[in-house]
Amino acid sequence: MSFTFTDDQRQLADSIARFLADKYGFEQRNKIRKGDGGWSREIWAEFAALGWLALPIAEEHGGLGGTTVDLALMMEQFGKALVVEPFVATIVLGAEIVAKADPARAAEILPQVAAGEHLLAFAHSEPNSRYDLPRVSTMATQGDEGWILDGHKAVVLHGDSADTLIVSARTGGRDDERDGITLFLVPGDAEGLTKKTYPTIDGMRGADLEFDGVRVGPDAVLGEMGHALDIVEGVADRACVALAAEGVGAMQATVDLTTDYLKTRTQFGKPLGSFQVLQHRAVDMLSETRFAHALCYRTAGLMDTVGGVERARAASIIKAEIGRAGKMVGEEAVQLHGGMGMTDEMAVGHYFKRLRLIDVTFGNAGHHLSRIVGMA
Amino acid sequence: MDVVLSPEEEAFRQEVRAFLAEKLPADIAEKTGNGFRISKQDHVRWQKILHEKGWIAPNWPAELGGTGWTPMQKHIFDEECALAGAPMVIPFGVTMVAPVIMKFGNEAQKERFLPRILSSDDWWCQGYSEPGSGSDLASLRTKAVLDGDHYVVNGQKTWTTLAQHADWMFTLVRTQDTGKPQEGITFLLIDMKSPGISVHPITTLDGSAEINSVFLEDVRVPVENRIGEEGKGWTYAKYLLGHERTSIAAVGRSKAQLRKLKGIAKVELAGGKPIIEDPDYARRLAQIEIDLLSLESLVLRTLYAESEGKPVGAEPSFLKIKGTQIQQGLTELLMEAIGPYAAPYQPEAFRDEGWNEEPVGPDYGPALAPLYFNWRKASIYGGSNEIQKNILAKMVLGL
Ligand SMILES: Cc1cc2nc3c(=O)[nH]c(=O)nc-3n(C[C@H](O)[C@H](O)[C@H](O)COP(=O)(O)OP(=O)(O)OC[C@H]3O[C@@H](n4cnc5c(N)ncnc54)[C@H](O)[C@@H]3O)c2cc1C
Ligand SMILES: Cc1cc2nc3c(=O)[nH]c(=O)nc-3n(C[C@H](O)[C@H](O)[C@H](O)COP(=O)(O)OP(=O)(O)OC[C@H]3O[C@@H](n4cnc5c(N)ncnc54)[C@H](O)[C@@H]3O)c2cc1C
Repeated sequence: MSFTFTDDQRQLADSIARFLADKYGFEQRNKIRKGDGGWSREIWAEFAALGWLALPIAEEHGGLGGTTVDLALMMEQFGKALVVEPFVATIVLGAEIVAKADPARAAEILPQVAAGEHLLAFAHSEPNSRYDLPRVSTMATQGDEGWILDGHKAVVLHGDSADTLIVSARTGGRDDERDGITLFLVPGDAEGLTKKTYPTIDGMRGADLEFDGVRVGPDAVLGEMGHALDIVEGVADRACVALAAEGVGAMQATVDLTTDYLKTRTQFGKPLGSFQVLQHRAVDMLSETRFAHALCYRTAGLMDTVGGVERARAASIIKAEIGRAGKMVGEEAVQLHGGMGMTDEMAVGHYFKRLRLIDVTFGNAGHHLSRIVGMA
Repeated sequence: MDVVLSPEEEAFRQEVRAFLAEKLPADIAEKTGNGFRISKQDHVRWQKILHEKGWIAPNWPAELGGTGWTPMQKHIFDEECALAGAPMVIPFGVTMVAPVIMKFGNEAQKERFLPRILSSDDWWCQGYSEPGSGSDLASLRTKAVLDGDHYVVNGQKTWTTLAQHADWMFTLVRTQDTGKPQEGITFLLIDMKSPGISVHPITTLDGSAEINSVFLEDVRVPVENRIGEEGKGWTYAKYLLGHERTSIAAVGRSKAQLRKLKGIAKVELAGGKPIIEDPDYARRLAQIEIDLLSLESLVLRTLYAESEGKPVGAEPSFLKIKGTQIQQGLTELLMEAIGPYAAPYQPEAFRDEGWNEEPVGPDYGPALAPLYFNWRKASIYGGSNEIQKNILAKMVLGL
């Protein structure tokens, strides 16, 4: 186990940080978020040109073969800048699923993804499934030439802009059975697909997708019939680590903003930072951040070497921890900012919202604590 | 100690319930129930119904148009209103400025302002805070200079809740720069239509616009709109703060929220089972119910002490802290109850005017995450919880 980053990794983090400081300040980010589609195609193209989209993709699929630690380093920087581009949807989820499920298709699709020319989204969770991965009731029935999909996918991250949706559906089994879930590649503009799109409260984009007799060809099946759940779980576990790293970045930025605010805001003729009760709370916030950072990278290091229960447990531990710690840091930051913390104009509230919504993505702290208990 | 309702109190509860069943407009109750915003028109409509019944001002003496209720009756009334989905009476007129006018205002002011507060013909806002003066309110700098029979007021107020609707603002201004900061403060009532006033909305992190900046530029305020003596405003303001007392604990509203939360937790599923059956969630729910019961207990004890004429002391600070913690805890459990459906941002669903389309996710969903984010304000406004603790440390513990 190594707790230090390599020179390459440090350089990667530095260059991402520099790029974002330059092109993705809070004002710029707000402009991007409020613009057409809610994110920037130009920034996406730059990410591609810098090789960041290719970094987590395996070499055999046209990527750079980065590790989960590399991915975490990127996500941490994205968290610091509150990046709204569809990186999690397309790279962390989409590309990873395609790679795991079907190497042949991956060789075809992922180079385009890495080049920034193709967007993916993962349509898995449903109104009643909440965080339960095996609970899929979207149906895929065999038609004359291929498959017919019917069902409702809920809160699909960046489901509005995806060129291709990766949709999980039942080809067998029922309710929450592990077997019988199959993945399908569905064009984002398929006939019979209704999209309700919306911004999410933390400035991202999402969509609810209704599949009403959506027809796809036999080649739409991605990977093995009926055995998608193992892949889904593996990818979700790694996504938990990526989200946690993003959370760690957001927490660090939140602590920095709060510390600055405590130094500059005066009340009772003194800076707020001179009140010991506030000093201690800022220290608690920093402390949570330090611990979460250490645990996050330890977990990221583990992700590429372990599997099964060990991997699942590690993912749940970091996701539970980031949910709890992120909430603490976000709530405290708003409180210590007083009225200013409640305003849309201040960045601190946006970090707070992102931290809370990271919690409800792929299972909140309560869900993952139960999962850990269930594995013991 | 009698902790069970007497037959008279029970009868009173039934009377309130019957009144609400008959008179509370269903459309308003539905909006409140879904956590949607209540428009000014809706607020005024409901407040006028209460006024007609003579129930708008439980905190006023009966001879001035109050109800003459016992503390327990007030408490029952609040609770029944909240449970029925009645919007809360906007406090700035009835519960905040009116007691100050009654206690320190002159006869002309009482005659002019109190009836219109009762009838909700005037909408009031509270202009205390300034950009540089939040917790340290005494440092306020909005200046009022006497010019004949007018004060000329210049400065900026901020965080002014619902000022966009207001006809009047009660405000603290500085009339003297020397001496202790508390000393040169004067309490003025300002007509919001006065030339020189501009109101600018501030968007909060839930996307709403309930607070405002209020700029005052050479605003001429007749001296007759000054409450009491020049330079004594701090005393009046403190009286006002003490007067919020038990209502800030919002026991009734939290009970209504708890009931709503249980309803939602029975239909929201996780792992194929309602989340109310999830042991972790159920424990948190039980704990908040215990907290709420203990809050109510201290509220009742305080109300009784008050009715026996005992000084209220530090209790309001304890009630504010615990009350807001419970409110925030409830909003947190509500947001968590809907899982990933906390994410979609659908402000159309809780606009003042209402919305006829289907939201994504459950009907009750769109308001919940905004409510959680918005409710972070509760531990900040009205004297932040840290300031309450400072007060308690000094006042009670002698530190
Ligand atoms: C079991 C035990 C074993 C020990 N062994 C040794 C030993 O082997 N050798 C030795 O030299 N000493 C030893 N100590 C002494 C120990 O180092 C002192 O108890 C410690 O430094 C605290 O000092 P104090 O007890 O005088 O508490 P105080 O300094 O009086 O503090 C009382 C409380 O006030 C808090 N406090 C004090 N100042 C501040 C401040 N500025 N801001 C905020 N909070 C503050 C403290 O954190 C503490 O909670 C031992 C103590 C214990 C309890
Ligand atoms: C939604 C909302 C509505 C409001 N509505 C109104 C209104 O209608 N009218 C009106 O006049 N005002 C209103 N306020 C203002 C409110 O009263 C102030 O926000 C509050 O008094 C805190 O002041 P501040 O925001 O300047 O925070 P600051 O005073 O800057 O405080 C920032 C943080 O430091 C802490 N702090 C400050 N001093 C100390 C200390 N000595 N010791 C320990 N901790 C300290 C605070 O508790 C807070 O956590 C509203 C505020 C909000 C958020």
